[in-house]
Amino acid sequence: MSAAPIRISRGGRASRGVLIGGVIAAFAIASLPWWLGIGAADRAVALLVYLLLAVSWNALAGYAGLVSIGQTAFFGLSAYAVIRLADAGVDPYLALAIVTTLVTALAWPLSRIMLSLSGGEFAIGMWVVSALAHLMVNLDPLIQGETGTSLIALNAYAFDARAATTLIVGVIATFGYLALLVAVLRRPTGAAISAIGDDEIAARSVGVDVLRAKRIVFVLAAAGAAAAGALWLASATTFQPRAYFGVHWTAYMIFMVLVGGLGRIEGAVIGAIVFFTIETLFGATGAWYLVGLGVTAIGFALLLPRGIWGALGPRIGADLIPTGFRVLDIDKTKKRGGT
Amino acid sequence: MSAQFVQAILLGGYYSLLAAGLAFMFSVMRLINLAHGSVVVLAAYLVWALSPEIGFMAAAAAAMVLCFALGGVVQVTILSRATGGGEALLPLLATFGLAVVLDNAMFSVLGADTRSLAPFVGDLSWASFELPGGIFVGRIAVYTLIAAIMVIGATELMLRRTALGHRIRAVSLDRSTAGLLGVDAARTAAIAAGIAFAMAALAGIAMGLRGAWSPYAGSAQLLFAFEAVVIGGIGSLWRVLAGGIVLALAQAIGALIHPQGFLIGGHLAFLLAVLVRARGLAVWAKLRGARG
Repeated sequence: MSAAPIRISRGGRASRGVLIGGVIAAFAIASLPWWLGIGAADRAVALLVYLLLAVSWNALAGYAGLVSIGQTAFFGLSAYAVIRLADAGVDPYLALAIVTTLVTALAWPLSRIMLSLSGGEFAIGMWVVSALAHLMVNLDPLIQGETGTSLIALNAYAFDARAATTLIVGVIATFGYLALLVAVLRRPTGAAISAIGDDEIAARSVGVDVLRAKRIVFVLAAAGAAAAGALWLASATTFQPRAYFGVHWTAYMIFMVLVGGLGRIEGAVIGAIVFFTIETLFGATGAWYLVGLGVTAIGFALLLPRGIWGALGPRIGADLIPTGFRVLDIDKTKKRGGT
Repeated sequence: MSAQFVQAILLGGYYSLLAAGLAFMFSVMRLINLAHGSVVVLAAYLVWALSPEIGFMAAAAAAMVLCFALGGVVQVTILSRATGGGEALLPLLATFGLAVVLDNAMFSVLGADTRSLAPFVGDLSWASFELPGGIFVGRIAVYTLIAAIMVIGATELMLRRTALGHRIRAVSLDRSTAGLLGVDAARTAAIAAGIAFAMAALAGIAMGLRGAWSPYAGSAQLLFAFEAVVIGGIGSLWRVLAGGIVLALAQAIGALIHPQGFLIGGHLAFLLAVLVRARGLAVWAKLRGARG
C-alpha cells in the first residue's frame, strides 16, 4: 500500500481574498482624500506609518525573537536624513526613497555588532543605539538641538498636491513593504526565520544559518522603521529630534503587536488598526494615555499572550496571509491530538 | 586632569550602584528588568515624599522596604506569569510596559518639576573631603562609592555563604530541580526580585542626593546601569564596579572632546565593549574549534 502523495497548501480561497482585499484597501486608502476631503490624508498617512512600524517590529520580535527598544534609531535617522538631503536641494519625495535605502544599508553593518547580543541585552543595546543616534543628530547645527527644524522644501508643492502625493507615496511604500515581507517569509529563508522564532537552538541543530537569517530580518525591520520615519516627516513636516527618537514610539510598537498578536502579520495589521482607532477616538492625551497603553500591553502579555489574532485566527481556521505550509490531508481527516 | 579622573571614579561608583540591581536580577533570573530605571526614580520620589513626615533616614529605609515589596509583587504578578506562558519575550515586554506605566504615572501625578533630596540632609549635600593634592570631592559621591562597594560585597557574600543565597543560585541554575529538592522556587524568586528592587531603591536615594531628577529620568538611569553591566562583562558582581568606572571615564573623555560629548562617550564605550566581546567570542569559538 503506497502512501498517498501529501498535498501542501500555501494559501487558499481566504488568502486569495485577502490579496484582493489588500489591493482594494490600498486603492481605497489612496483615494481617501477624494471621499473625505484632503484633511483625511494626514490621518491616512498616520495609519500607514503605524502599519509599517507594527509589521516591521513584529517581523523582528515575532519571527526572529528579537525585542528591540530602539527601532526609533532608524525611524529618527531616516527623518533626519530627509531633512539633510532636502536641504542639499534633493526633491523631498525622491529623498524619501534614497533615505530609506541608505538607512537600510546602514542596518547591515550595525547588525554585525548588535546581533552578538541576545534577549534583554539586544533590547536595551538597540535603545543605546537610538540614544546615540539622537545625540549625534542634535549635534548638527541645521537641527539646532532639540529645537528642530521643518521640511521647508515641501513648500514647493501646493498643500493639496503635497498631502495627496504623500499619501500615494505612503500607500506604495506600505503595501510594497508588506508584499516584500510576505515574499521573503514564503521563501526558504522565511522558513528559517520562523524556525528561529520558534526555537533558536533547535533551528541551529537542523542546519539553519541563524545569524544570516537574523541579519536579514534585522535589515528588513530597519527598512520598515526607516520608511515609516521618512513618511511621518513628509506628513508632519516638522522635525524635532525628541518627537522622532522618543521612546513612546517603542511603546506604540509593542502595544500594537501585543494587542494584535505577536508573530503573525495579521496580528500586527490588526494591532495597528486598533491603535489607530484608539488614537483617533481618544486623541493623544499625553501621559495618562501612555499609562493606559502600558497597562493594556501588560494585560495582553499576561492574559492573552497571542493577542487578538491568536484568539480569533484558530476559530476562523484560515491563514489569511499564508507564510507557512499546511498539509491539506491532515486538515481533512480528523486531527487526533498533535500535528 | 587628576581631579577629573577622581571625579570620574566617584561617578563610576554611582553607576555601579545603579547597575548592581540590574546585574543581580540578570545573573540570578536571566531577566533584564526594563523598569529598573523607573524603580530608581520611584524610590527617589518615595524618599522625597516621606522625608518631611518621618525624617530622611527613616524615609530612605521605608523606600527600600517598599521597593522590596514591589519587587516581590511584580515577580509574582507579572514576571512569573509572563515566564509561565512559554513565550520567552513576554517578561521583557511586560517590564517595558511597567516602565512606561511608572514613568507616565509619576509624570501625571507629580508634574514635570525637578526634585532633589539635598534639602533633607542639611550641609551633607555640599560637604566635601580634601584629598592630597588639593582635590576636593563631594562627601555624597564618596559615600555613594562606598555604598556601591558594600552592596556588591554583601550581595556576593549572601549568594555564597547564606542559605538564602544558595537557594537563589539553585533556582537560577535549574528551577524545577531546585523545586524537587524542596526549595520554594516561587518564593525564592520573589525574594530575589525584591532584593534587586531594593538595590534600585538605594541607587535612587543616591541619585536624589547627587542632584535633581525629573519623572522621565528613569530611562537614562537604565541605560547607565546597562552600559556599566555590559562594559564590566558577565560574571561576578565586582565586574560591575569596573564597568561603572570605565563608563564614567569614557564619558569624561567624551566631555573633554566636545561639550556635548559626555553621553556620546559613554554610548561609544558601550558599543566598543559589545564589539570586543563579539570578537572575543569569535576568537574563543575558533580556538575551541581548533582544539576539538
